[in-house]
Amino acid sequence: MAKIIVVTSGKGGVGKTTTTASFAVGLAQRGHKTVAVDFDVGLRNLDLIMGCERRVVYDFVNVINGEANLNQALIKDKRVENLYVLPASQTRDKEALTKEGVAKTLEELSKSFDFIVCDSPAGIEHGALMAMYYADEALIVTNPEVSSVRDSDRILGILASKSRRAEEVEEPVREHLVITRYAPERVSEGEMLGMDDIIEILGVPLLGVIPESQAVLNSSNAGTPVILTEGSDAGQAYTDLVARFLGDERAHRFLTAEKKGFMRRWFGG
Amino acid sequence: MGFLDYFRNARRKQKATGSAQQAKERLQIIVAREGGRRQTPDFIPSMKRELLEVVRKYVTVEQDQVNVKVEREGDYEVLELNITLPDEEERAT
Ligand SMILES: Nc1ncnc2c1ncn2[C@@H]1O[C@H](COP(=O)(O)OP(=O)(O)OP(=O)(O)O)[C@@H](O)[C@H]1O
Ligand SMILES: [Mg+2]
Repeated sequence: MAKIIVVTSGKGGVGKTTTTASFAVGLAQRGHKTVAVDFDVGLRNLDLIMGCERRVVYDFVNVINGEANLNQALIKDKRVENLYVLPASQTRDKEALTKEGVAKTLEELSKSFDFIVCDSPAGIEHGALMAMYYADEALIVTNPEVSSVRDSDRILGILASKSRRAEEVEEPVREHLVITRYAPERVSEGEMLGMDDIIEILGVPLLGVIPESQAVLNSSNAGTPVILTEGSDAGQAYTDLVARFLGDERAHRFLTAEKKGFMRRWFGG
Repeated sequence: MGFLDYFRNARRKQKATGSAQQAKERLQIIVAREGGRRQTPDFIPSMKRELLEVVRKYVTVEQDQVNVKVEREGDYEVLELNITLPDEEERAT
């Protein structure tokens, strides 16, 4: 039986797809058979971030409609063993992801995978509800910014009431907070919410803090999840996050402002 | 850095300190008010298990003949328990 993890946020553009890609790669690197599923129907992006966009033939909706079987739609990653992607459809029919269809697909994936990572679309509409409905665990992606934190609270409420686990009165979905685009120097200047404040407001245990990083943009451009960019701050932060998810103890890093050196301050670093 | 710049910077810093603090306070209020997370009371999963045990004292039912759901309507919750009882003959045995 696979563990189903949804990566969700409510607010758009906070780093769900970036997180899904690196998280899935990280789990696979640790030897777990992992599939990343794109639930963002109509706005497929996970394939681009994972660098497999040219190999998409069939998609999630084709599988649900019986136009292709899972093996035809799954794309095997060329860099990392044990890693697959199930791309979203570009159809404009948002209702194409039926509850039954999603259930059947996840059930079938469950038989051969250890982890199913679901990249949720933004918002709280059908697609987002489908992505979270069957989840066992949730990564709540939040930026240190008021509207993102509020939307995360909203999503936590929906997880606690509208998920399968809530409806069938099972153990609740296990929640993990992932703070992304964190800029320590702005936090220390008092311009940005600090991680302790966010944890306190949302009341969800922290899984990881990903710093604001140029490496993320570079890796998106190249179609290489940032976790594969060795030595990058964001990549290392994702590696730590995966290790913690799997139960390892890892101290949080990249939390303090880098002191600007004399030269950089002088010449503008 | 000139003498005046020093004060200007100091003032900017002070204002900034206020803005993250302000964000935090506003969020705490809104999150408390919207109560985004009215969690299902903790006792519900164990109540569900115990209810099943009671039912099983009297009739033999399989797990999949029992359906428990919590529905939210406005301010209150409804716990819905559906049990498909076995046929007469099966019950007799
Ligand atoms: N740690 C980071 N540092 C810098 N930029 C980042 C970071 N994480 C994400 N970004 C950038 O933020 C933008 C949005 O990221 P991403 O697509 O992962 O968000 P999303 O939540 O999936 O968006 P959507 O809601 O549209 O699906 C991208 O341009 C990405 O490169
Ligand atoms: Mg996305």
